[in-house]
Amino acid sequence: MTELNRPNINIGKHLKEYVVTYVFLILSVIFIIVSGRPMNDILFQIMSRLVRNLFIVLSLIIPIITGMGINFAITIGAMAAQVGMLLAINWSLTGIAGILVSALITVPLASAFGFLIGSLLNKMKGQETIGSLILGYFANGAYQLLFLFVFGMIIPLSEKVTIVGATGVRNTLDLTINKLQGAIDGVLRIHFSTALYIVSGIILVGAIILFVTKRMSSRRFYTLGGLTVLFLIIYHLPFVQPSFANVHVPVVTFVLVGLLCLFNAGIMKTRLGQQFRAVGQSRTVANSAGINVNRVRLIAIMLSTVLAGWGQIIFIQNLGTLQTYSAHEMVGLYAGAAILVGGASINRATNGQAIIGCLLFHTLFVVAQDAGTVMFGNPVVGEYFRVFLCYGVIAVALVMHTWRSHTAKKKMSALQA
Amino acid sequence: MIPISEYVLEMNHISKQYGDNQVLSDVSLKVRPGEIHALLGENGAGKSTLMNILFGMPVITETGGFQGEVLIDGQEVHIKSPHQAIEHGIGMVHQEFMLIPGFSVTENIKLNREISKPNLVSRLLGHDLEVLDSATMEQDARQALDKIGIAISEAEKIRNLPVGYMQFVEIAREIDKSGIKLLVFDEPTAVLTESEADILIGVMQALADEGIGIIFITHRLAEVMKATQGVTVLRDGKLAAHRETSQTTLSELAALMVGRGGADQIDDNSRDFPEDAPRAMVIRDLYVDMPGEAVRGLNLSVFEGEILGIGGLAGQGKIGIPNGIMGIYPAEGHVELFGEPLPLNDSRGSLKRGLAMVSEDRRGVGLLLDQSIEDNIVFSAMQVNGDFLGAAPFRLKNAREIRQTADQMMKELDVRATSPLQPVGTLSGGNQQKVCIARALALKPRFLFVSEPTRGIDIGAKKLVIDTLLKLNRELNLTIVMVSSELLELKSICDRIAIVTEGKVSAILKPSDSNENFGLAMSGIAVEGGN
Repeated sequence: MTELNRPNINIGKHLKEYVVTYVFLILSVIFIIVSGRPMNDILFQIMSRLVRNLFIVLSLIIPIITGMGINFAITIGAMAAQVGMLLAINWSLTGIAGILVSALITVPLASAFGFLIGSLLNKMKGQETIGSLILGYFANGAYQLLFLFVFGMIIPLSEKVTIVGATGVRNTLDLTINKLQGAIDGVLRIHFSTALYIVSGIILVGAIILFVTKRMSSRRFYTLGGLTVLFLIIYHLPFVQPSFANVHVPVVTFVLVGLLCLFNAGIMKTRLGQQFRAVGQSRTVANSAGINVNRVRLIAIMLSTVLAGWGQIIFIQNLGTLQTYSAHEMVGLYAGAAILVGGASINRATNGQAIIGCLLFHTLFVVAQDAGTVMFGNPVVGEYFRVFLCYGVIAVALVMHTWRSHTAKKKMSALQA
Repeated sequence: MIPISEYVLEMNHISKQYGDNQVLSDVSLKVRPGEIHALLGENGAGKSTLMNILFGMPVITETGGFQGEVLIDGQEVHIKSPHQAIEHGIGMVHQEFMLIPGFSVTENIKLNREISKPNLVSRLLGHDLEVLDSATMEQDARQALDKIGIAISEAEKIRNLPVGYMQFVEIAREIDKSGIKLLVFDEPTAVLTESEADILIGVMQALADEGIGIIFITHRLAEVMKATQGVTVLRDGKLAAHRETSQTTLSELAALMVGRGGADQIDDNSRDFPEDAPRAMVIRDLYVDMPGEAVRGLNLSVFEGEILGIGGLAGQGKIGIPNGIMGIYPAEGHVELFGEPLPLNDSRGSLKRGLAMVSEDRRGVGLLLDQSIEDNIVFSAMQVNGDFLGAAPFRLKNAREIRQTADQMMKELDVRATSPLQPVGTLSGGNQQKVCIARALALKPRFLFVSEPTRGIDIGAKKLVIDTLLKLNRELNLTIVMVSSELLELKSICDRIAIVTEGKVSAILKPSDSNENFGLAMSGIAVEGGN
């Protein structure tokens, strides 16, 4: 998973692989400068968007490694989570209890949906990306039927969540009433500088221990240590520190994100992870080694769907309102675009790519409108640009994948050798 | 008396049919422990079916099983799945490498047999969540590699290895499995250079010395003579012969393999062309990147007005030749057509210069199955030459002209159909093939490639197709190059037959040459040509 840390990085190849990432980086810098927004405002916005989205983006990694492309059907996991939240609100559960109940309800629902999605995708191998995208749209119809008709008419709900004088669930559910808003984020918030010191401290101490016990190469130790110290120094530059004045870090949310990163990395070191990777690289070989390919793919999609559901709970508690009929709509697309921006492809992805991608994608999101206003005198242009980027990056990733696998085919020179 | 376990494997009186098609009848194969036993046969002789039975592949179990008995160490066994085969100690080194390029050598050797340590989570949720024990896995892999004496790093990724070494990783994987008794090598030397093949044979001998029985499927007879103790030859699904290697000769094996029918049983229609006769096509140093049928530096000349046959075993590149020259698969090299250079990788250009091809992939490349017979016949000519179109600027299809041509072609080639409007998908294989030929002829070609023209059509139709080709050649003086796996067919109409092995021409023979010579040529051994 750590392709980046290979000692012999070929710069040209690296640039080629991460061209999308660098384009986004350059665009972000230009847009930040053009937009003229105060830096501390931008950073505040970026932080809150990272909190909201990171978990969902990370839930895409396992299916990518299993060779199933970008699981746009995480939208369905989000729907499962919304059912859970609706019930929690309906039962007047508050705070952490409400969140836990929603998360628990999400597990069987999202697993079941994941099973169905996986079964279908197993029947359309090679077209999983488009298949999961369409499945998401299809499920949206079923979701509307459920929320507009089944809830209220067949499954009774309290008046708190239904449309008064009609059937169906309300358009917007306010989470502040049940103290669900910020139920996870609000447990413990610390200032960015505190968080930075703590994280740097942990990294440095950990690295030293690993280095002394010879479980880390000196090269890696110096890179890691050097980078950490560099970040600390940059942070203390006079014009940097004030930009972070408004930035607070919700500790529990980030711990959850960290746990998911560990989970993604850890599961790859197990038998199951080895099966994910084997199936992702060659279904034929995996099958001939006696691996039940369809089962492995099913597990990957189920895991991803459940994780995305939990991600959606984090997203909604951060926002504070549940837009019943639209909160899930763009989940798959935005998360997919974000991970692709980070340099993932539809058959390779890492935690780092997901995090960097999420950061860049949402930076551009934050500043695009203002940049549009400054450059064209019209905020709508920035909005168009945002949408263009989102779909554009997905299209580019799909085209580049086809193109790469085409050129990677045996060259004529290989025959003549 | 003979001890019970004289043979590690006995397959007795094996018969198998797919529907009405008898692919194996009463075949037996016996392998002693520590013996390298060659399994020889042309394509379609039944080698793969026999091995599929041994491994309990789904293709056998799902089609009604087989007759006969399989004994391992003298005990009758019923192998129903590849997994059971592994449990009985049978391993396979595949022809197509079953390796994952992005995995290390260790990971490939241990694929799905990983060594792992239990932990808290795995005790709860099953052993799939056990963490891999990389150190022990690497030790095991190292041991297996050392055993076959291959000095590659167990941590290297497969994609960084030279092709020749991948074979050894496959072998290491098989011998790493505990209790391996019998190893099947499926054409292991096909992709290896000569020195690599020597190393491989050394490894096989070392394994045999440890008492492992080895079935060696190959077409290289020289290797059979060098490495094996016993030989079983299959032909047309029957046991052609069983020999001790020490009591047979290269020529006898070659004859046994090709065998069927003496040269006297076919009508020899061949004519002699003088060495300085005008050339219709000259191919120099042709490379074609067709998966499974690669051509590697082939040279060949075709005389004007002759029928040249191209034969050889499947996978040796004979089908790559027409596909490369017609621009269907990427090609490199020099080709001259009637003295003019022919640009490669340009299908339209090839067609425009008077080349036409009847493809081996009739239903995939050759025909538009939902379209009518007449549309199929004129399609290429309309697209390439602009024939059968009305006056400019609209250039609509000229229905009358199309119907005339279609009627005429259908009559000449005896296409049996209700009308020229019948969709070709509803025709029988033989009639579809005739429509393919009609379509090639509608282009008014000067040079025709015919690839596997009789594949998948019944015997009566075969004869008609062959006769049609002969008639076209004799009456229109059309130069024809016919690629076919059916040697008999080639012998019946060709003037010369080029045998292709490993992407090159290994010999050019006359139809009257002996089976022995054809057999030797197919195993890549140079023989004196007939002319």
